[in-house]
Amino acid sequence: MHYLPNILFAIALIIGAGYFAKHVKKLIRNIKLGHDIDVSDNKSQRWKNMAMIALGQTKMMHRPIAGMLHIIVYVGFIIINIEVLEIIIDGIFGTHRIFSAIGKPYGILIGAFEILAVLVFVSVIIFWIRRNIIKLKRFWKSEMTTWPKSDANIILYFEMVLMTLFLVMNATDAPFQDMNSGNVISQFIAPWFGSLSESTLHVIERAAWWMHILGILVFLNYLYFSKHLHILLAFPNTYYGSLKPQGQFDNLEAVTKEVRLMMDPNVDPFAAPAEGTETETPAKFGASDVQDLNWLQLLNAYTCTECGRCTSECPANQTGKKLSPRKIMMDTRDRLEEVGKNIDLNKGTFKEDGKQLLDNYITQEELWACTSCNACVEACPVSINPLSIIMDMRRYLVMEQSAAPVELNSMMTNIENNGAPWPYNQMDRLNWKNE
Amino acid sequence: MSELLNVPTMAEFMAQGKQPEVLFWVGCAGSFDDRAKKITKAFVKLLHKAKVEFAVLGTEESCTGDPAKRAGNEFLFQMQAVTNIEVLNAYEVKKIVTACPHCFNTIKNEYPGLGGNYEVMHHTQFLKALLDEGRLTIEGGQFKGKRITFHDPCYLGRANNVYEAPRDLIKKLEAELVEMKNCKRTGLCCGAGGAQMFKEPEKGNKDVNVERTEQALEVKPEIIAAGCPFCNTMMTDGVKHKEKESEVVIMDIAELIANAQDL
Ligand code: SF4
Ligand code: SF4
Repeated sequence: MHYLPNILFAIALIIGAGYFAKHVKKLIRNIKLGHDIDVSDNKSQRWKNMAMIALGQTKMMHRPIAGMLHIIVYVGFIIINIEVLEIIIDGIFGTHRIFSAIGKPYGILIGAFEILAVLVFVSVIIFWIRRNIIKLKRFWKSEMTTWPKSDANIILYFEMVLMTLFLVMNATDAPFQDMNSGNVISQFIAPWFGSLSESTLHVIERAAWWMHILGILVFLNYLYFSKHLHILLAFPNTYYGSLKPQGQFDNLEAVTKEVRLMMDPNVDPFAAPAEGTETETPAKFGASDVQDLNWLQLLNAYTCTECGRCTSECPANQTGKKLSPRKIMMDTRDRLEEVGKNIDLNKGTFKEDGKQLLDNYITQEELWACTSCNACVEACPVSINPLSIIMDMRRYLVMEQSAAPVELNSMMTNIENNGAPWPYNQMDRLNWKNE
Repeated sequence: MSELLNVPTMAEFMAQGKQPEVLFWVGCAGSFDDRAKKITKAFVKLLHKAKVEFAVLGTEESCTGDPAKRAGNEFLFQMQAVTNIEVLNAYEVKKIVTACPHCFNTIKNEYPGLGGNYEVMHHTQFLKALLDEGRLTIEGGQFKGKRITFHDPCYLGRANNVYEAPRDLIKKLEAELVEMKNCKRTGLCCGAGGAQMFKEPEKGNKDVNVERTEQALEVKPEIIAAGCPFCNTMMTDGVKHKEKESEVVIMDIAELIANAQDL
C-alpha cells in the first residue's frame, strides 16, 4: 500500500504522455497531407528567425501592452515548468521536494517561481478583462464563434487555477514554510490556513500537489484541440517561415513546364509522348482543398493563435468586407481536422465527403476581396502567411474553373491581346513622349 | 501641348552598338494612364537633368504580368514574363529602373526564377542614389516648408522593405514630413493591389481608398506623396470623394522633385 501513490502517479504520467504522443502523431500525419516544399536553404537564418521570433517574441512587442503581458506569461510558463521536473521525480520516487537538497539556491529558485506565479496570475486576469470586459474588437469578429471564444477563456482559467494551486501547495507545505526560504509569496498565504490542523494542512497540500500535476497533464492533452498549440508549433513554424521578400510569390513549376513547351518552337505539341515516358496525370493548378496546399501552409493553420492581429490590419476587413485572414487560417485548420477524422474513420484512407475548403469553408467573395497587401503576413507574430493560401485558391478558381470576376477576365484578355490590362494597343506604348 | 522629350529606345541604342546605363521600365500605367504619364515624364526630365544615359523598350515592352499573377492566372503571368525576359536578355539588360512598385517587385523577385536576372531599382531608390553620387541636386523650391505625408505602396514597403528612400527625398525638399498613424510596416493599402484596381470592390461598408485617404487627411497634409501610379489614382479618387481636392494634392515623388526645380 505504501507505494500506491507512486504507482498511481506513474500511471497518470504514462496515460498523459501516451495520449499526448498519439496527438502529436496525428498532427504530423495531418500536416503531411500537404504536398512537399523545399525549405532546406539557409539554415543559419532559419535558426536565427526561430530564436528571434518564437523564443525572443520580437514581433509580439509591436503591440507593447499585449506583448509585455504575453512575455510574462510565457517566461513564467517555461520557468515554472522546472518545478514540474521536481514534481515528477517526487511523484515517481515518493520523495518530497528532492531539489531542496541543494540548499540555499533552492530557496532562490522557488522564490522566483512564486513571484512569477503571481505575475502570471495578474497578467492572465488582465488578458481575461481585455477579452471579456473591454471586449477588444479583434476578439469579437464574426469568425470568433462560441468555441474559439471559449477556448481562449478555458486557457486563461487553466492558467489561473494552475498558478493558484502552485501557491496553495507551497503555502500548506508545513516543512517548506518552516524552512522559511523561497516562500516569498506563500508565507503571506499560509496564515489563511493557519487555523487548520497539521493533518488537514497536509491533505490540502497533497491535493494541491496532485491537482497541479494532473492539471498540467490535462492541459498538455488539451493543446491539440486548442489554439494553444502555438506554444509548441510556433518554433517549427518560425523556423520554416519564408525567407523571401514578402512581395515574392512562388512561380508555379507545373505552369513553367507547360509555358516552356508552348513557347519552344522545336516542340511539336501534337507529338505522341516519347516511348517510355510515363503519362503524368496533369497537375491540379492551385488549391480547392487542404490536400492541395503545401505542408507549411497546413503547419501554419495548426500554429495560428487566433489572435486576430492579421485581421485587424487587413484593409478589406477594416472596410467591412467578409475577408478575414484569421478566418482563412481557422477554416484551413477546421477542414484539415475534418479530413483527418475522415481518414481515421476509414482505416487510413480519405473517403470523398463531398466537401472541400473552397465554398464549404472559404467563399469566393472572401478570396476576391484581398488586395495582396501583405499586412496580415507582416502582422502575424508567428510567421503565418494567410495570403499564400488565398493566392493558391484564386489560382484554382482562375486556372481550373475560369471563375474570375468578369472585370478581371476582361483585364486578363487585354493583357493577352495587347500586353496591357487596358484595351490599348501595344504599338502605342511610347506615344506619351510626344503628348 | 507638345514638348518633345528625348526618349531613346533600346533598339536605337542597339543600332548604334551602345548600351545605356539603365533601362527605364515604364509600365502599363506609366505608358497609358493620363495621370501616370505625367509621372513618367517628370522622371524622364530628372534622368536628363542628371545626365543619365537611359533607354526604354517602347513598343517592345509588355505588361509584366503582375495583375494576372495576383488574380490567380499563373499561366498568363508566366507567358508575359517569359516574353519580356526574352526581350530583356536579347538586349543584355543589366539594370532596370521603374516608377511602378508592382513592376519593380515582379521583375526583381519573380523574374529571376524564370531566367531574368537584373539589378532592379524603384525610381525613388534610383533618384536617391543619383543624389548621393552628386549627380542630382534637389532644392525645396515651391515645396519648402510644405506639410507632406508619404503613403507607402505595399509592393515597395512591406513587400520589399523600402521605406527610407522616398522619405529621404522628401526631406531633401526641406518639406515637413508628417507620418500617418499607419505608416511603413503597418501602412494601410490604397485598395488597388492584387488586381483590385481592375474590378469593383466586394460588398463592405467603405472603400479602402476612402479609409486610407481619411487616415492621410487626419495629419492635415498639403500634399500626399505617392510612389506608385495605382496608389496615386486611388488616393486622388479618395480625396475627391472627401471633396478636399482644393486643399490637398497627390503627387509622385518624381513630380515633387522635378517641379521643385521647374523642370
Ligand atoms: S494580404 Fe489580403 S488578407 Fe492579408 S491583409 Fe492584405 S487584403 Fe487582407
Ligand atoms: S494568422 Fe497570425 S496574426 Fe492571424 S490570428 Fe493567426 S496567429 Fe494571429
